[in-house]
Amino acid sequence: MTAMRFHYLVCLKGVIWRESLRFLHQRERFIAALVRPLIWLLIFAAGFRSILGVSIIPPYETYITYETYIVPGLVAMIQLFNGMQSSLSLVYDREMGSMRVLLTTPLPRWYLLFCKLIAGTLVSLLQVYAFLVIAELVIIDLPPLGWVTVLPVLIVSGLMLGALGMLLSSTIRQLENFAGIMNFVIFPMFFLSSALYPLWRMRESSELIYQICVLNPFTYVVEAARYAIYMEFNLKAVLVVMLCTVVFFALAVIGYDAKKGMARRAPA
Amino acid sequence: MPIAHGISKCFIASVTITTSLPGEHSELGQKESGSGVEIEDLHYAYGAKTALDGVSLSIRPGRFSAVLGPNGAGKSTLFALLCGLIASSEGRIRVLGIDMAKAPRAALSQMGIVFQQQTLDLDLSVAQNMAYFGALRGLSGNEYKRRAAHGLERMGLAGREQEKVRTLNGGHRRRLEIARALLCEPHLLLLDEPTVGLDVPSRTALVEHVHELCADSSLTVLWATHLVDEIWPNDDLVVLHHGRVRAAGAVEDVLDRTGSTSINGAFTALTAETKPAESTEAATS
Repeated sequence: MTAMRFHYLVCLKGVIWRESLRFLHQRERFIAALVRPLIWLLIFAAGFRSILGVSIIPPYETYITYETYIVPGLVAMIQLFNGMQSSLSLVYDREMGSMRVLLTTPLPRWYLLFCKLIAGTLVSLLQVYAFLVIAELVIIDLPPLGWVTVLPVLIVSGLMLGALGMLLSSTIRQLENFAGIMNFVIFPMFFLSSALYPLWRMRESSELIYQICVLNPFTYVVEAARYAIYMEFNLKAVLVVMLCTVVFFALAVIGYDAKKGMARRAPA
Repeated sequence: MPIAHGISKCFIASVTITTSLPGEHSELGQKESGSGVEIEDLHYAYGAKTALDGVSLSIRPGRFSAVLGPNGAGKSTLFALLCGLIASSEGRIRVLGIDMAKAPRAALSQMGIVFQQQTLDLDLSVAQNMAYFGALRGLSGNEYKRRAAHGLERMGLAGREQEKVRTLNGGHRRRLEIARALLCEPHLLLLDEPTVGLDVPSRTALVEHVHELCADSSLTVLWATHLVDEIWPNDDLVVLHHGRVRAAGAVEDVLDRTGSTSINGAFTALTAETKPAESTEAATS
């Protein structure tokens, strides 16, 4: 039993170590992960600040700049992109064969996929904190304790978005098909959420779009992070994120099942 | 016992099956006992395309057994089933006495696998690739170091630990994959067309290496190929065609029964059919 537990731990450590090494080798990926939200923060937000007013809404206790408003959305965006990037690497691994090495490890398949999920989430945390450091230095002020209180939420949201990416990767057969999925997932999720504008603003424009935003799990990722940064706990948002994590991961495990999922289509 | 499946040309040689449970072995090449691989009436299809159609065969322990078949014969599907990447509800696979359907992880822990496609991280070093695989198999510390050093030395890669895999030639990459597969000190080594893409000298060297490994350590080796010159006269041979076993047994027996003087002649006789090969291989690659 102890030997088995040891095996589980060593395996987890090995998967995290490999993902970290791969991430460190892909400097362009790291830079892209930082540049993308910084462009939104420094350029897009500067332009929008003058035309988009943000009234006082929880968790904010006073008027805030637009830059301050979109920071949680950009944090979530980093994790969304990372989740999709992780799933892209799963498709790549499967095409290149290294996924087979993982899936023939004598441990439960759900656990092997969970190890991948944890590793991807940790990589996303590195990116988020690097972004927050730059944002703090350049333009915004975050509550010092917020850096800590946001961490558990980032872990859960990283798992959710990673699980979503994993689920998508289980349905994609070739890398070429992935670009389309990225467009059909990332952009709608991001724009149909509270990342860039408060939902009440959206409601003023269209009730239908507002309702879609309310149904979008990414909205809850953004709101969970927004509250946590200001040391508040949005129970509803966190519960939705946790529930989605479980559902996406369960479906991904089914997708990777030897009898049902993608492996049946591409075994060798 | 193997079963023939309605093909007039087909015959199956009797093969001795050891039914004892896999034995303990403290070090690679020092197994005391163990059974091989037993497959009974295995079927698999990709939608309407049949890849394996009632495959039954037995692989003797401690032997180099080649699974020979043209492209589309079902070799890769058979290997994917053997290593649990896919599963079939029809048929039965016992690896070293362990039922793959009931205890896939116990069976996998006894196997070293080299896939047809290269599965190394090209941007990581030789040592990092070994360490990652060792971690997947629960190996760490001194035990991992001992096994890794032994495996790399055995495959002629000692001293190259810090080299990036991308800088290795195809033959050495394959050797590294074999060294990696041996880390878990398997009883059974599966190699799915491991010489694909290699030049002739590298291919010859790899074939010799694995034959030596099998002879020195009594490792059970299952080697898929479509190249007859990779099979040696004292090997065991399974001829797979259109998802069915056309012949199985010692090479000598297969030659006798087909009346051929060469493996190539026997292979041609066993696979000379008018039915076009289904492109199941395409679905598996």
